[in-house]
Amino acid sequence: MREFGYERAYDVAGAVALLGADPDTRFLGGGTNLVDLMKSGVERPARLVDIRELPLAGIEPTPEGGLRIGATVTNGDLAAHPEVRRRYPALAQAVLAGASGQLRNMATVGGNLLQRTRCGYFTDVTKPCNKRVPGSGCPAVAGEHHNGAILGASEHCVAVHPSDMAVALTAFDAVVRFETADGPGELPLADFYLPVGDTPHRETALPPGALITGVTLPPAPVAAASRYRKVRERASYAFAIGSVAAALDIRDGVVHDARLALGAVASRPWRAVTAERVLTGAPAGPESYAAAADAELAAARPLPHNAYKVDLLRNLVVAVLTDLAEEAAR
Amino acid sequence: MTAFTTETPARAASVGTAHTRVEGRDKVTGAARYAGEVPFADLAHGWLVLSTVARGRIRALDSEPVLAMPGVLAVLDHRNAPRLETDYAGLMGSRPDPTCAVFQHDRVPHLGWPVALVVAETSEQAREAAEALVVHYEQADHDVDFTGEHPDAYPLDGHAPAVTEKGDLDAALAASAVVVDAEYTTPEEHHNPMEPHAATARWDGGRLEVVDSNQGATWVVGELASLFSLDPASVRVRSEHVGGGFGSKGVRAHQVAAVMAATLLQRPVRVVLTRRQMFSLAGYRSPTTQRVRLGADSDGRLRALEHRSVSLTSTVHEFVEPSAGVARVMYDADAHHTANRVVRRDVPTPTWMRAPGEAPGSFALEAALDELAEGCGVDPIELRLRNEPAKGPVSGLPFAGRHLAACFREGARRFGWADRDPRPGLRRDGRLLLGTGTAAASFPAGAAPSTATATAYPDGTFTVRISAADIGTGARTALTLVAADALQVSPERVRVRIGDSDFGPAMIAGGSMGTRSWSWAITVAAGELRERLALGAEIPAEGITVRSDTAAAIGALAPAERHSFGAQFAEVSVDVTTGEVRVRRMLGIFAAGRIVNPLTARNQFLGGMIWGISMALHEEAVRDRASGGHVGADLAGYHVATHADVPRIEADWIDDTDPDDPVGIKGIGEIGIVGAAAAIANAVWHATGVRHRSLPIRPDRVIAAGASGV
Repeated sequence: MREFGYERAYDVAGAVALLGADPDTRFLGGGTNLVDLMKSGVERPARLVDIRELPLAGIEPTPEGGLRIGATVTNGDLAAHPEVRRRYPALAQAVLAGASGQLRNMATVGGNLLQRTRCGYFTDVTKPCNKRVPGSGCPAVAGEHHNGAILGASEHCVAVHPSDMAVALTAFDAVVRFETADGPGELPLADFYLPVGDTPHRETALPPGALITGVTLPPAPVAAASRYRKVRERASYAFAIGSVAAALDIRDGVVHDARLALGAVASRPWRAVTAERVLTGAPAGPESYAAAADAELAAARPLPHNAYKVDLLRNLVVAVLTDLAEEAAR
Repeated sequence: MTAFTTETPARAASVGTAHTRVEGRDKVTGAARYAGEVPFADLAHGWLVLSTVARGRIRALDSEPVLAMPGVLAVLDHRNAPRLETDYAGLMGSRPDPTCAVFQHDRVPHLGWPVALVVAETSEQAREAAEALVVHYEQADHDVDFTGEHPDAYPLDGHAPAVTEKGDLDAALAASAVVVDAEYTTPEEHHNPMEPHAATARWDGGRLEVVDSNQGATWVVGELASLFSLDPASVRVRSEHVGGGFGSKGVRAHQVAAVMAATLLQRPVRVVLTRRQMFSLAGYRSPTTQRVRLGADSDGRLRALEHRSVSLTSTVHEFVEPSAGVARVMYDADAHHTANRVVRRDVPTPTWMRAPGEAPGSFALEAALDELAEGCGVDPIELRLRNEPAKGPVSGLPFAGRHLAACFREGARRFGWADRDPRPGLRRDGRLLLGTGTAAASFPAGAAPSTATATAYPDGTFTVRISAADIGTGARTALTLVAADALQVSPERVRVRIGDSDFGPAMIAGGSMGTRSWSWAITVAAGELRERLALGAEIPAEGITVRSDTAAAIGALAPAERHSFGAQFAEVSVDVTTGEVRVRRMLGIFAAGRIVNPLTARNQFLGGMIWGISMALHEEAVRDRASGGHVGADLAGYHVATHADVPRIEADWIDDTDPDDPVGIKGIGEIGIVGAAAAIANAVWHATGVRHRSLPIRPDRVIAAGASGV
């Protein structure tokens, strides 16, 4: 393991200054992903700037009725926060569906958004990977891709984004706030992750040197009746092979508003805008839910070993929306 | 000095009473040191460099730049390593796996083959330098494929003959009212004990001393002495605490590399494997393809039984996963054919992994029995009871205690089997389909020669020394109870010392033979010591010591089919829309001889059963054809059951005492996993109506298969 320097920042401006323009320096949040990557040699930073002491650990209601979540709020605190649980239950459920209690107590909101794929080729430095070494190839396309992407992928990379939290945030139109040496900025989560194309190594639209300072959730009354459902290969402590964050507002038997995002299907959390369009104004019921799922998944381009995900996601969307509708009817 | 006194009247037996681990406090407080933590002055650290190609030759190793890196002391490879002797038969009767005879040539037979050891002052420096070492290969085409037909498979004897055949199979199948003919597959599986393999070697006054984590200290002494052409008396191996072994902890590349480096540098050298290295260097369970053909009368009585298994081995060493051996014990038929064959591929050599043969073999055979029960319309338990053999189906030998039927009866009663509707796909809980399944289990109860000493001290305490290994099983505690009873004293007066080759040869912790073999030697030594003391001799300060050797007694044991037996039960829920299978409850009832320590015995049974859940639903090492190596070779990529996957689970046992047996103890380390995966797979069929014949029963397979007749 490469020797590295370690510094701690106590304010946002100081953290941004410490990072500077040094491409060999990384911000260290909970370290639950970065430290693993350093051990396996995927990341070899010369210097770490620890940002856990920054004053970014708060969750506050916004005047409009949303929430401002600080970047260093731990996943555990996020899931436990009463306003998160009340206004955006799918977000709390998504966070709790990930990792383990110990990891959630370390992992931060900012770090969660920036965590790297767990694709087995990416995490093994002895293997080619376009995301890790641009131009080296993607052996997953012809090799192991059981948990590969079915949407938005390319021949250059079929890795999926591992975050559960980001799926729920995507469904609720979260906006990422950041700070750079030139001042603060914002990016809607919908634009935060870049398309894969032929540049899978470029993952986010964050400007160089930027520090994520938090996430803003706009008000979303529909989110009060929301749900996150994750399917994985064991009951706990595994990344999703398919997940759904959904919210549903049914009035007089018609879908008035719907939010739908899919996880483990793409290089980013996948907002199912096509499905939402189909749902809105449609009669509530399994036929509409299936039609919405089919419309979204019509764009799916599965590989030989992950075609099951199309069925899985379709079934999952129908099941989650059906459960939400039944809950609302009670 | 005091005279020896036994406690009178004869004290209650310690064997059979629950006893917490004698070293439990040391372990939970961190006082117990594992092999990678024992401090040594002037310690250097070695880091293994593994090949990144699956077949070829080493063309060049750029050692010079690495030797200039901070703290680096040496780079060992095939150009400068000491020569090893590999033409010998070790304790297990075979030549050493060349994977452990490191750096003897430039050939690379699989990905993850050790090509160099970098030694440095610190572990971090060694790792950084090892990862910086550039190795140039002349790469050749490789083949790691284990799917489809295997025309190149050949029969291979392991610890049992490759092939057994009696009767005319085709005729018996033709005469059968019901025939099952099915293929089952199991994937490559890895043991990966929590404590990685670790060894420190040093020369001390002309003696080689190795502090190690292994399943048999004298076993490793024998291998190292042979490899390095040393007098075994000049090698000492200690292995005080072992954080899991499961068959993977014999002699491996890291001990040999550590000895080489310690010899070269004349200072202590430690080599620890990483989790990822363990996937290549610690052995594994081969994938299997098994074909089972059963023919029976309409009442389920078997006429024909064929079990053929193909497993994988490397190009450098032969190892067979003897899955087809299960039927040689479990079921008889007029025509009875079993065969274990292997194919050679460019992969690491597999090895023993918990219940080698029985674990995958019982999955295929017991799932096929369930299919036969369905075909005959006979209850799965009743089917097995109707096919209970009176003697060994292949050996013709009598059974020394076969209590399988009693296990099933007790298990059925406690599991509520009598109320079960045999039809599949009928039970629902919301979106979930529910089902129950059962399977039989067996594992051999062997013993191997061991030596032990028992010493009485003037203060009224006793010390027993035996080169046993406690690989997390609770062996040290069990042996303390056995010794206490043999000495007729309370366990508090007995200290059992293990894990040191200087205590003399003894059986390894393996084959479910450890506790039986060691207890035998301890009982003999302690019994003789008690007789000596009963004569009223004064005990000198150094104590009175008696040594035992069970070789003759074991040789005199009447031939018989000696096995533990068990009945496994499982209830599962299946969501066929998401592919999620979860085990809801599990019960295992075992007949496994005299249970020494109910507390740790239950732990052993449950551990095996939980591994059965993993085997049924989770475990699978994925090999990438293009590179020939693993994808996701870590515990994030290789899934085992988590706490959330483990349901209400019970293990218990029935009386299995054999008055004719000198020790009465059978092994309990392996039988817990046997049949567990089959019980779960059978329950999945009962839930969904679909037979899943390939493990693990992954969500994608469940989604693809759906449910039939539901």
